[in-house]
Amino acid sequence: MLIQLFVTFFRIGLFTIGSGYAMVPLIQREVVDRRGWFTESEFLDQFALAQSSPGPFALNTAVFVGYKMKGFSGALCAMLGVILPSFFIMLLIALYLNGIRENRWVNAAFEGMRPAVLALIAVPFVRYLSGMKWCGWVLALTVTVVIWAAGISPVYLILGAGASGVLLAFCRRK
Amino acid sequence: MIYLELLLSYLKIGFFGFGGGYAMLSLISDEIVLKHGWLTAAQFTDVIAVSQMTPGPIAINCATYVGYLVTGSVWGSVLTTFAVSLPPITIMLFVSMFYLRVRDNAYVKEALTLIKPITIGMIGAAALMLCNRQTFSSGWLSYALFSAAFIASWLKIHPIAIILVAAVAGMLDELMKMF
Repeated sequence: MLIQLFVTFFRIGLFTIGSGYAMVPLIQREVVDRRGWFTESEFLDQFALAQSSPGPFALNTAVFVGYKMKGFSGALCAMLGVILPSFFIMLLIALYLNGIRENRWVNAAFEGMRPAVLALIAVPFVRYLSGMKWCGWVLALTVTVVIWAAGISPVYLILGAGASGVLLAFCRRK
Repeated sequence: MIYLELLLSYLKIGFFGFGGGYAMLSLISDEIVLKHGWLTAAQFTDVIAVSQMTPGPIAINCATYVGYLVTGSVWGSVLTTFAVSLPPITIMLFVSMFYLRVRDNAYVKEALTLIKPITIGMIGAAALMLCNRQTFSSGWLSYALFSAAFIASWLKIHPIAIILVAAVAGMLDELMKMF
């Protein structure tokens, strides 16, 4: 069981490229369809929680699934499985890329990639905005400007939002 | 000393990493580029490009890479990868143990509802941070690549395909300079 958890999440770690939600169908296929560890509705339920917790979604899911199946040791195996492929691949790249980074062609490739990377980040931002009501717009854009122009750490904004939420819930309860 | 600073920075990034990879980028750049100056904005963009093309969560890829770049040692990578993962793992274990109570807790719910728009703003800040001279260093080609990549990504073409095509375009541009 522990080995199965490790192998499953190793595969998830190895084959999910790009960020976040691209890996949802893959994880679902592995843990719901292939292994039957979760029912569809359980998966969607926990998906919401893993998504709202801090940290990479794949890692959160690994911990959750591993813990449910086999307690702490299960969580540990699943988590190592999801982390190790990224770790080793990135380490190899870090070891070798540094030496060739100043190469003319490598540099040209990076010059081409940079605007594409910017676009890849801008698209989800615009997509999220277009799905929100005006008050969400105002809040999100204010946050963007505050972080970017005023150089305020996002940490304080998250703390502030979290604290206001708790306060709001507290007032509502009374 | 540098190890202690990396540890604290990445624990912070892991703990406040709400909203997925892109939102975490603004947190990471705040720590790595702005506060500590471990990487320049251009280097940071390169790291994101590489992270996007390799498997695994961006936050972890980024941590492994930066850990090595800053310390020049494999142990730097081990440390940052560990540090960025530790807070989410701890929180998720807690959530797994008290699953229903966490899920139905009014305080948690309300706090998360308000954090959500913040994380979207963080994605915007990450994008603005990358709107700099280094990103558009190839003039019109850069702008053209940005527009093309934006449209392609909007149409849900796979990020790897987009980045690879952009890389090839950059190299072709370099080739043209030879003639």
